[in-house]
Amino acid sequence: MNILVCISKVPDTTSKIAFSDNNTKFDTNGVQFIVNPYDEWYALVRALEIKEAQGGKVTVINVGLADNDPTIRKALAIGADDAVRVNVDPQDALSTAKQIAAHAKEGGYDMILCGKETIDYNGSQLGGMIAALMDQPYISYASKLDMNGNTATIERDIQGGKEVIEVATPFVLSAAKGMAEARIPNMRGIMAARTKPLNVIEPIEASNATEIVSFELPPAKGDCKYIDAENPGELLELLRSEAKVL
Amino acid sequence: MSTIVYVNTNKGNVNKASLEAVSYAAQMGGEVIAVQFGDADSSELGNYGADKVVKVALNEFQPDQISKTLQKAADENGADTFVLSHDFSGKAIAPILSAQADAGLVSGAVALPSGDGTIKKAVFSGKAFAHMKINTPKRVISVLPNSIEKKEVGKSAAESSMDAVAASASLTVKEQKMESTDLPLTEGEKVVSAGRGLKGPENWGMIEELAKELGAATACSRPVSDMDWRPHHEHVGQTGVAIRPNLYIAVGISGAIQHLAGVNQSKVIVVINNDPEAPFFKSADYGIVGDAFEVVPKLLEKAKEMSFND
Repeated sequence: MNILVCISKVPDTTSKIAFSDNNTKFDTNGVQFIVNPYDEWYALVRALEIKEAQGGKVTVINVGLADNDPTIRKALAIGADDAVRVNVDPQDALSTAKQIAAHAKEGGYDMILCGKETIDYNGSQLGGMIAALMDQPYISYASKLDMNGNTATIERDIQGGKEVIEVATPFVLSAAKGMAEARIPNMRGIMAARTKPLNVIEPIEASNATEIVSFELPPAKGDCKYIDAENPGELLELLRSEAKVL
Repeated sequence: MSTIVYVNTNKGNVNKASLEAVSYAAQMGGEVIAVQFGDADSSELGNYGADKVVKVALNEFQPDQISKTLQKAADENGADTFVLSHDFSGKAIAPILSAQADAGLVSGAVALPSGDGTIKKAVFSGKAFAHMKINTPKRVISVLPNSIEKKEVGKSAAESSMDAVAASASLTVKEQKMESTDLPLTEGEKVVSAGRGLKGPENWGMIEELAKELGAATACSRPVSDMDWRPHHEHVGQTGVAIRPNLYIAVGISGAIQHLAGVNQSKVIVVINNDPEAPFFKSADYGIVGDAFEVVPKLLEKAKEMSFND
């Protein structure tokens, strides 16, 4: 199996979120960047497991500038064989998907995996867009993926439950909890990652279908109103009369 | 302007999230064409603002086929905007539509487009909002469930039907495992959730009873689902589902940042925990510091007395 895994560089989960330039730019000051957890824990690790069982190759792809390279090296340290970076600053999901699809059309991949969403823009967009651009089936929110020859058996979340489906390669999938357990890179992996190929390719022409005009922080939370544990019934009274949610 | 709304059905009913999408489109203005997949009573669609209802007899969830059918409906009606719910169905279909129609997509909108055309959505796992602009002539908007007030307008929509467009990228559905619950977590306006503080799965009876009495869905924290005390679909948080109910009651959950990422957009948060230092209290509107095994039974008794579930 020849597998392409899309990885995004995102701020660490615990980052303080702040904006600069009159709330138009994310303030990266003091922010630590990581591989998007769903791309790493679920998509990449499951791709590696399939490769280990059946042979083949795992390539990671990222759209971004040279300052993304340390994040890409982390994916190589976990076990990807090589990496591709499309040398453009991503501003929008559709243009990013076009960059990845342009590479994937040349690459002859059996499957393309990504995480269910990124933890920065929470779009859940990329995988479906790549699938449509490649005219391949898209399986979203997959929690299990098993290969039998060229046929995949996949469990996916649908509204109101889960569904088991079968699909032949090639396909595109977004990975959710249950796919695999996170792996921590070992010293050997980290050393090997330094010399694995990281190929930088130039972007195709693709305009931004959307743009962020400004950011806004939610209003500060008021103080918690405490209710006496001896008389918790008062809570329900307040939820009805004050908060008006009951 | 005409808008195509994707309407999805489950067990013969139109999903509540789809009604919200119809109401969103109606409040944007222009003609609203609701394209309903699967057989269900569609009378509510007009009530929430659909001018036309187009029924498609396709019961399987085939995202490529659904997307191409929505495109065809758009072409036939001269529509330039697609509205979907940002639920599991919408998350699968919206990006396909976006790429096929070369239309910008804003996913998880929490408000109607403002005067300058920008659309507000949550980013950084609920820690901030972005105002987004779509640059393409066609646009796709998916609406975060339970963020839009749906308005009854009492229209009755003209009904017609169309065939699903054949698609190349199809899947073979082998098995469905639908949840038995009547109230799916993502559609619940009220949610009662519990964590490790409950000590074991045998103690969930009082949580279920309280939820039932309040007309709420039940949820749990990650450790609880990892230990199989509760089914995985109840897990809310960063790796589980993200929800936005009007009322979220958390019992025996400390409130780690990963849990908050799944619930921090709830309108009112109540935290019940015996540890006054639990970080969750910082995000709570109401708090009770006390033993869940004493507090919850008293709440239940009071809830029965006030009888919310009539």
